[in-house]
This record gives sequence, C-alpha cells and structure tokens, in this order.
Amino acid sequence: MTEAARVERPIDLAALRPARIILHLAGLILALMTIAPLFWMVSMSFKGGDEVFGVNLVPEHPTLDNFLYVFTQVNFLRYLWNSFFVAAAVTIIALFFHSMAGYALARLRFPGRDIIFLSMFATFLISQPVIIVPLFILARALHMLDSYTGLIVPSIFNAFGIFLLRQFYLAVPRELEEAAVIDGAGYFRVYWSIILPLSRPILSALAILFFLANWNSFLWPLTITSNQDLWMVQVAIASFRQQYSASWNYIMAASTVVALPTVVMFVIFQRRIIESIKTSGIK
Amino acid sequence: MANALRSNSVAMPAARKAAGFRLSSRQREWIAGYLFVAPDAIGLLIFVGAPMLLSLSLGFFSVSGFGEYSFVGLANYRRMLGDPLFWQSLKVTVFYVVMLVPALYVCGLGLALLIQADTRFNGFVRTLLFMPQTVSLVVVGLVWQVLLIDKIGLLNRLISALGVGGFSWLGDPRLALIMVVVISVWFLMGFYMLIFLGGLQDIPREYYEAAKIDGAGPVASFYRITLPLLRPTSFFVLLVSTVTAVCGSQTFDLVYIMTRGGPANTTSLAIFYVYQQAFLFNEYGYAAAMASVLVVVLMLITVLLFMLTRGGRFTYD
Repeated sequence: MTEAARVERPIDLAALRPARIILHLAGLILALMTIAPLFWMVSMSFKGGDEVFGVNLVPEHPTLDNFLYVFTQVNFLRYLWNSFFVAAAVTIIALFFHSMAGYALARLRFPGRDIIFLSMFATFLISQPVIIVPLFILARALHMLDSYTGLIVPSIFNAFGIFLLRQFYLAVPRELEEAAVIDGAGYFRVYWSIILPLSRPILSALAILFFLANWNSFLWPLTITSNQDLWMVQVAIASFRQQYSASWNYIMAASTVVALPTVVMFVIFQRRIIESIKTSGIK
Repeated sequence: MANALRSNSVAMPAARKAAGFRLSSRQREWIAGYLFVAPDAIGLLIFVGAPMLLSLSLGFFSVSGFGEYSFVGLANYRRMLGDPLFWQSLKVTVFYVVMLVPALYVCGLGLALLIQADTRFNGFVRTLLFMPQTVSLVVVGLVWQVLLIDKIGLLNRLISALGVGGFSWLGDPRLALIMVVVISVWFLMGFYMLIFLGGLQDIPREYYEAAKIDGAGPVASFYRITLPLLRPTSFFVLLVSTVTAVCGSQTFDLVYIMTRGGPANTTSLAIFYVYQQAFLFNEYGYAAAMASVLVVVLMLITVLLFMLTRGGRFTYD
C-alpha cells in the first residue's frame, strides 16, 4: 500500500515485488471486468440467433448476417449520417463561440464582464432533463421541431466549455498578444491568428469530448424528432430494440456499429482525453 | 497591466486613422468584449436561462397538446402533493442518490489509489477503466439488458453454474434499482477515477516522504495527508455526482432503455416521471410544476457551490 501511495517513474524493474504484482493484477482484473460487457456485445453481434445466449465469448459459427441485416433492412446509414452531421456541426460552432467568449472573459476588460461570467457559470449545473419540458415548448414556438436546426442549435451552448477555455486563456502569457496589438491588429485579428492557434491542444481535447457527447446524446433528439429521416442513431437503436425485441443478435450488431466510432476515437486520442479530464476537475 | 495600457495607446492613432472616427482604445476593447461574448451569452440566455425561468412559471398553467395555455394557479402543485407516483419518484431519486454518490466516491478514489503510479501498465489499465464512458447510455442499457435477461442471460447462466437460482435482475422490484445503481457506477467510475488522479497528482510527494520518516504507516498517511489535501477534489466529485444522480441525462437514458421506471415504479426517478407526464401523457404544465421542484433543488446546490468556491474558483489559493 505504501508503494501504491507513491508516484513511480515508468518501468521500474527493481520494483517488481509481490505486493506490486498483486496490485497490478488487481488493477488488470478490475479493468478486464469493466470492459467484459463490451466484449460480449461484440461477440453477440457475430453470433447467430441460436447461439446468441451461449456463455462462450468466441462465437462457434461466426457470421456477418447481423450486420448485413442492420444495414440492408433498416435505414441505418442515414441515422449514422444524421448523428455525424449534427455532432460535427455542434462541435465546430460550439468551439468557435466558446473560445471567443472564453478569450473575452479572460482577457478583455469591459463593464459587466464578471456578472456575465457568473451568470454563465450559474447555468453550469442545469442539465437537460430538468428543463426538457420548457425547452421543448420553446423549440416548438421557434418552429425547431423535426429539423436539423432544432437538433443542433440548443445543444451548442454549455457553460463547461466556456469555463474551461477561460481558465486556459487566463494562463496564456499576455506578451504574445501585446506584440500584435502594438502592430495595430484588431481584437478579432488577435483572436484569430494568435489566440486560436495557441489553444489548439485544448480545442482538440474539447472537440473530442463535444463530439462524443453529441454522438451519444439521446434525450433531446428523442424529444424533438418524430420524422424518421431525422433520427439520430441513438434514437434509432432504441426504437430498433422495441421493433426486434427478441432478436438480440441484430440489436447487438447495431449497438456495436454505434459504439465503434466513439471507442476508436477514444483509443486514438486517449492520452489527450484523459489528461484534459484529469485537469478539468478543479484547476 | 500597465504594459497593456501603454501598448493600447500606441495602437490608438493607427486605428483612428483607419476607422475615420474617434473611439478610445478602452471603448474599442468594450465593443470587442461584448461582440465576443454575445453569441454564447444570447444562446445560453435563450436555451438555458429562459427555459429555467419558464419552468418556474409554466407550472401555474395547464398546457394542452396543441399549445393552448390556461392559468390554473396552484392546481398543478396541489395535484403533485396528492400524487403517490410523484412521491414514489422522489423516494426513488433519494435512494438512488444515497446509493450512487458514496459508491462512486469509494470506487473512484479506490481505483485512483490503486493505479496512481504513472507507469505504462497503469496507463493501459486507466484506458480500459474509462472505456465504458465513451459508449452511449443507450448502447450500455441495451448491452446490460441482454446480459441480465431472466433465465438465459449471461449473468444468470454464470451464477447458475455456482448453484445459485436465477434472479430476475431487472424484473424484481427489490433488485431493479440496485442494478441501475451498479450499472451507473460501472459506467461513471472511470470519470471520477480520473478526477481523483488529477487531485492526487497535485499532492507533493515530499509530504508522504516526511510522514514516512516520522514513522507514519500507509493508513495514517492516507487519513492525515491524502484525504485532507483531496478536499477540493472530493467536494467537486460529491457535487457533480449528486447533480448527475438527481438529474443527469445519463441516468435518464439508462432508465428509459432498461426499465422504463418499472417494475412497480421502483426505478421511476423524478426526471423520468417528469418526462413521462410531459411526453407520454401531454401533461406539460404538471410536468413543469414537478420539474420546477428539481430546478429549485439545483439552484440551492448552485448557491452552495458559489459560496463554497467563492464564485467559481475551484482552487484553495
């Protein structure tokens, strides 16, 4: 336990003592147990209807029929495209708006700035389920039901992104912008050609988090779309489940397809994602 | 500060010449500031602020499915007090919070302590532990549903090999909420583990070394050093996990997919009951009245957060 309480340099061969091996083993077992359900999801997606409930992880008769079924019998590509389009649009617009706001709130001096920041921060804890009814009524009044606008626009605004970017800009040295201001550059020029390039690391981390969140979002798309052509993929598989309630092999194939992009994205960018979350807590 | 002012006054003549009208550098900075903040400020006002205020007033109206409003005073609130399902949903929410928040705290901190050493192996373990977070709650709900199916589900098959009778994990009123808690912990613990890892990293190693020299064992240094110095992190974790448990969309998604509030309303969380009343029964006014109770709870938590963090500063310095 004492060894666990210390931070070690990578690969410390001398430290391979029994206590450490037990800790490592415990960590590994917990981790494998954690992802086991996902392994079984993939496994079931390759199994035929007759062996889908077998305890074997590796299918005895692996088949691609489930995937074939999902892509041919259901308009699955359309739902995937909807999710991709909406998630990408929200991410790009949100990063643009939030970085502008974060920069101004961190760097520019104007009357009311602190009140604006505090009011934004006050919305930090308001989650969608709590305001879903008035939000729906508002969207209906704005003729946003069953439209891409309705899927995209209300999802753009969240205090979390503004908050993190402001924190980031507070730490950027002022000298970098001052040189540009001396050259007579306007504030937008400073933002666009100095601040934005500087914030590439945090913007890319946020881009991944925003994209994941919107790809995975369910409640809002469920609430405002009834037209099937506008279904996002999470809504589609939820209704798929009701339609094919007994055919778990189809449902698991669809789930695998839906989970794959975000899991792959995570594995590729895991270092960046993990670092940004580790520091997002209190910094 | 003084530097910035000087540089602004240098920039001013050039701007005057170019713009052709007089704006002081301070006014230019004001205008730029407002323009930069405007998109987000207006968006948040319309899509978060307005619904919040609306939810407090909508409860006094009866709203028909076609969007006709009639003022009904306190009728919705009176109905709420006499609605056993509303009280049931509050009870479920309290149970859920009371089970989930401590479980997440213990699991998050425990995992962080277990794998806090920055080795390549632990990096790999962290990645695996965090992975459920990247999957949507819809998929998570579907996968667990199939694993927990009565009789033939994987979990029942595994425990029947141990000679224990098959459980109806999601169909038994005594088990369903516990299973929702277990799955929520499984899904969320990776996130809190990372938050705790961030907190642990900030504790200087020297403290532990000094404690060791003074003869403190691992248990003592955990209680005397780790826990006290983690207080800001702990506060953040408890706050966020409570809010998530009361009204997180993750919670809603899971219940919607797996149990639909059943069996016998034992997993009918308040946010799910609000959704049902609004979008299944078209009782928008009544649903808004119930949601306004949650909004008030959230506002109280936010005020508390403000007081404890002195206006959004999460650090102690």
